[in-house]
Amino acid sequence: MTTDNEPERLALLRFPARADRLKLVRGLVTAAVRMCECDEALERDVVLAVDEACQNVVRHAYPAGVEGDAELEILRDGIVLVFRLRDFGPKVDASCLRPGKLKPNALNGRGLHFIHDIMDEVGCLTPSDGTGNLLEMRKRLNPCGTPRNET
Amino acid sequence: MKHEITRQGDVTVIALGGDVDLETSPKARELLLAAVKDSRRVLVDLSGVSYIDSSGVATLVEALQTARKQRGELALAAVSESARRVFELARLDKVFTIHATVAEGLG
Repeated sequence: MTTDNEPERLALLRFPARADRLKLVRGLVTAAVRMCECDEALERDVVLAVDEACQNVVRHAYPAGVEGDAELEILRDGIVLVFRLRDFGPKVDASCLRPGKLKPNALNGRGLHFIHDIMDEVGCLTPSDGTGNLLEMRKRLNPCGTPRNET
Repeated sequence: MKHEITRQGDVTVIALGGDVDLETSPKARELLLAAVKDSRRVLVDLSGVSYIDSSGVATLVEALQTARKQRGELALAAVSESARRVFELARLDKVFTIHATVAEGLG
């Protein structure tokens, strides 16, 4: 879903694609969602989905022993939050990003399910300079939901 | 991630706290696998978990599978609200025995 206006950029973060940076990313996503005054349930879901997408970059974007960056752009497009996650690694077959059948006892593969269950739209875009991979996730906002417990 | 391990009768209780994520789940895995190897009954107290992701969930599933292979038990207790949502998404409510409280799990 798009509006007549250009999407508003809320944040842009380039970070080392490492597990110990994911908490930082979750903090940024949390802050961005709160700017949009969404309810807590949506906030938790969105943070989880973006975190899982970042995990996939940490785990799979770069060959073993090679360090690289990820870049997360957060935009507000009318009543839709847009997350664009980029890596700078080798091209990935987009079919790898579709979840298979969820098996409750499986040890792997849940992250993609979480992303697709939570987000309204998930798709691959072509980065402007043609290198790396760019995942776009879109989530419709539901402001004025369950009141937040301010502590 | 914080953790505390106590022994209550024949049950090993592992209380996890904070974030169980890609960074910390290797430590959680180490703790849980050691516990299920040493004890026939393990109860994981999740009341202090503020965030859990798919890697944390995978760690719990692996510990459960290891416990069952050894004819032991692993159950969860006091699942926090944020963790409960992740369990719903992962359809784990039918995989784990989940107790409302640690006391119930010890009963």
